[in-house]
Amino acid sequence: MAELLGKDFTPPDIVGKVTGRAKYAEDFRRDGMVFCRLLTSPMPHARVRNVDARAALAMPGVVGILLPEDVPEQEGVANNILTYEPHFVGEPILAIAAVDETTAHNAIAAVRLDIEPLEFCVDPLESLRPGGPNARAGGNALIPQEGLQEVKWTEEDFAAAGEGQLPMGRPGEEWSYGDLDAGFAASTLVLDESFVTASTSHHSMEPRTAMAYWEGGKCYLHASCQSQSNALPGAARLIGIAPEDLVFIAEYCGGGFGSKGGAYPLMAIPAHMSRKVGRPVLMRVSRAEEYVLGSARPGFQGRIRLGFRPDGRIAACDLSIIQENGPNSGFGDLGAAASAVSLVYTPQAMRYRGISVLTNTPPRGAQRGPGQNQIHCAVEPLIDKAARQLGLDPVAIRRINAPTHESLYGGNQSHITSAYLREALEMGAERFGWQERRARSGQRSGSKVRAVGVGQAFHSAGSSGFDGLVRIAPDGKLHIHTGVGNLGTYSYASTSRVAAEVLRYDWANCEIHRGDSSRGLPWNNGQFGSNTSYTMSRTNYAAAMDALQKLKAIAARELGGNANDYDVRDEAVFSRANPSRRLTYAQAARTAIQLGGRYSGMETPQDINPMTRRAVESIAGTGLIGVARDNLPQDGMVPALAAGFIEIELDVETGLYEILDYLGVADCGLVMHPTSLATQVRGGAVMGFGMAAAERHVYDPRWGLPGAVGLHQAKPPSYLDVPSEMDWAAVDQAEPNNPVGVKGIGEPLMGCAAAALLCALSDALGGHYFNRTPIVADMIVNAANGRPQAHRQLQVNTQ
Amino acid sequence: MSEWPPTEVGGDTRASSTISEDAPWALPMVSAIPAAQPSPSWSRRDFIKGIIASGVTVSGLSYFGSGCSGALPAQTVGGVERLLSLSVNGQLRRVDVLPAETLAMTLRYKLGLTGTKLGCDRAECGACTVLIDGVTHYSCSTLTHRVRDREITTIEGLEGPNGELHPVQQAFVDELSPQCGFCTPGQVMSAVALLRRNPNPTREEAREALAGNLCRCGAYHNYLNGVMRAAQSLGAREA
Repeated sequence: MAELLGKDFTPPDIVGKVTGRAKYAEDFRRDGMVFCRLLTSPMPHARVRNVDARAALAMPGVVGILLPEDVPEQEGVANNILTYEPHFVGEPILAIAAVDETTAHNAIAAVRLDIEPLEFCVDPLESLRPGGPNARAGGNALIPQEGLQEVKWTEEDFAAAGEGQLPMGRPGEEWSYGDLDAGFAASTLVLDESFVTASTSHHSMEPRTAMAYWEGGKCYLHASCQSQSNALPGAARLIGIAPEDLVFIAEYCGGGFGSKGGAYPLMAIPAHMSRKVGRPVLMRVSRAEEYVLGSARPGFQGRIRLGFRPDGRIAACDLSIIQENGPNSGFGDLGAAASAVSLVYTPQAMRYRGISVLTNTPPRGAQRGPGQNQIHCAVEPLIDKAARQLGLDPVAIRRINAPTHESLYGGNQSHITSAYLREALEMGAERFGWQERRARSGQRSGSKVRAVGVGQAFHSAGSSGFDGLVRIAPDGKLHIHTGVGNLGTYSYASTSRVAAEVLRYDWANCEIHRGDSSRGLPWNNGQFGSNTSYTMSRTNYAAAMDALQKLKAIAARELGGNANDYDVRDEAVFSRANPSRRLTYAQAARTAIQLGGRYSGMETPQDINPMTRRAVESIAGTGLIGVARDNLPQDGMVPALAAGFIEIELDVETGLYEILDYLGVADCGLVMHPTSLATQVRGGAVMGFGMAAAERHVYDPRWGLPGAVGLHQAKPPSYLDVPSEMDWAAVDQAEPNNPVGVKGIGEPLMGCAAAALLCALSDALGGHYFNRTPIVADMIVNAANGRPQAHRQLQVNTQ
Repeated sequence: MSEWPPTEVGGDTRASSTISEDAPWALPMVSAIPAAQPSPSWSRRDFIKGIIASGVTVSGLSYFGSGCSGALPAQTVGGVERLLSLSVNGQLRRVDVLPAETLAMTLRYKLGLTGTKLGCDRAECGACTVLIDGVTHYSCSTLTHRVRDREITTIEGLEGPNGELHPVQQAFVDELSPQCGFCTPGQVMSAVALLRRNPNPTREEAREALAGNLCRCGAYHNYLNGVMRAAQSLGAREA
């Protein structure tokens, strides 16, 4: 019976957050520290022909300049550190360091650039037209295995689509399973809709400031990063040094949502500048810079054709997606979206075609539920449209299409480990009072109408093959070394408790080591992709099991018998036959040090990562070391699934709505840390509400200039935009591939809330399908009055 | 791309593609801040222009800036005294402040009080919230010179003499209010100010009071739980 798991606790880093003692990247100071500022591109695509920095460098207090030739060139379409050919407004060209920030800034302003504007593009569909503009000199589309290509569709392709529908010429990627034609033939209802899902900026509260200095041949980098060990090799590569020569410090991260999942080019600039000027360098990043350099979720222009049987079962699905990928490598949202459709709606036959098209807008990257959350926003209201036409309840039509444990995933139709979406729908409908609320849907009070919505979402939620590391010190304390990172969800701590649980520790006698690569941190997955709960509980379990075996082996050695004769309790290892024969953990740790070898980390397993080996070497001989690679079995993709239920009141005259109630239900395996899960359910919902009906990503199509740079323009939700109380629940069914039954959940909690709100807005308008997210007030007023919308169909970056 | 670059804006940019001040793509990010040197011509208008144009705050002297060395003028040319006494967290702190320096920069870079965070530096997010005479202010948009006779309280000034947490801080811990934690100091300060003027707020009043503090993690529910719990514990303490 679990003593620690499933119970609330106070994570060790929370007091630092409420007292201001928690140190983020901009909070570090170093003697002799100078400030660095960026000169960024004023144009969406340009070539810098000449830089005249003489006046800047002559300014008192300026200590150095960093130019593109001073930093490693990034291959292909990877994000640059600095470049003479910027591909978006705000891309860094050069940096200047000075003794204070004002001087650095004024020096930047004194640089004269000879810069030539080049062809640019802010709409993927325009780029695909014959003769359309390319975002890069080498092409306009990223094709898997082929890389950057020029892809133009024909006039016939465009004409064949029909008015307002998405054309589809040669795709960049495609897959299918089942007999699509037969599926549509068997369908009594076929819906065919084109849609746009907007790009959305991450807008993490902490801009990606970084500070770096060099000491003793090593580079010390304070960075804003979700991940710890996993980001280190990439950061070292950007700086141009070996991983063991980088001390990477990321103890706190002020929000990332995918945008700080790994190393990113900006964090290398202070390191390069510091090496060049010989002083510590702090580079503060402004909110406007964070907008352009802080990544964004790619928007979709898409089309989906769904065939339904009379009972609501989806017989066929034909999905096409054009992804706005930004100018660089971007992220594979489009394929992830298609795979999500295959799992959440389990169509009996499906075809997916997609293409990732480059635009001269901010570089795209993963954002909470990348691909899945966009596609759920587009598809969930369409499921409701089908339900309406088939006379089915929105929950019922979702139940009939929901995945089971045997359902298959993606184009490869691979196995999954567990799926409790149906249970989440049932539990949520019951708890929310869905039937009663649905019965009053459509009730009018003046210009206000009540409506309900249910939404679903998915993200894969678990990895394996990483290393765990624990140490029992001679004083008997357990030290858990975790390299996962600290995004703010406290999952680094809840998963560390798995090691304490295995060894039956009092949590008060455990200490977590993290946040600084010099603290002996193992090779772990990054804190992204909703994977931490599943992945890190496995690694900590593996390390603790190794420690447990060593404890028993030491006891057998010291007290006789076999290791199997022993068990642990009260931080001691004892003989089951004669519990008085026992060694405390402190005694066992001292014996481990005397024994050396594998017991004290002087020898390490063959299959661990070199980073873990270095971590073990740094603590070898100081206690009993438990270290192991997670080789536990895993059969299939681990799905995190969620369902959201919402009731709103919409004012059809103003387009404003109020969320009356929200319930999020998680399928995350067994619950590890209830309050933290509750915060994730609610926080995900807040972000989802923003994505569905508020957040803006605007680009001027004529000049390629961003129009929603600041927070007040981008409109992330505030206290007043969301309910002050929201309900949560969890299915709480064990994931069989995890030793403590858990899997991740963070991402779909956003998508299900976004989808639920979109469905409710449609419900309030008699089932109107908007073909576009976000749904903003003027769109609602137009729809309510039967007026045409202000945007062109399939136009992007409009609101 | 026939209309690019624009001939109707910024003169004949086709002939010379050097960035023009008038061109539409001359973005704020590369605009100059008016030199942060004390001068008779320095005006409030210049400061606001600088703030608007730059996207960064005029930092004045840096942590180890050039202005820290050498003799400090008691009076600048423009008649602004630079060496100030600020009352911060009950202590009088002597500090050299440039005319256009914001309180957030003074706190963070002169006084070592890094608990006050800069999320946007333009009064949008509330991460930099501090109390000035008990009232919440965005320190990123407050000139230090304007608060020299006022009582400034930052997140570092809330704990008791023996390091015990303020009831709001303790309630935020108990309710697991923060997620990433970057907005937390600002949320704490807004909650403290609320409970000082209204010790028994409704949840709706708390929501209004904290509405100037953005949280991208969306932990609003848990912060409000924290405020309500703190109100209870403060009430119990006084009862």
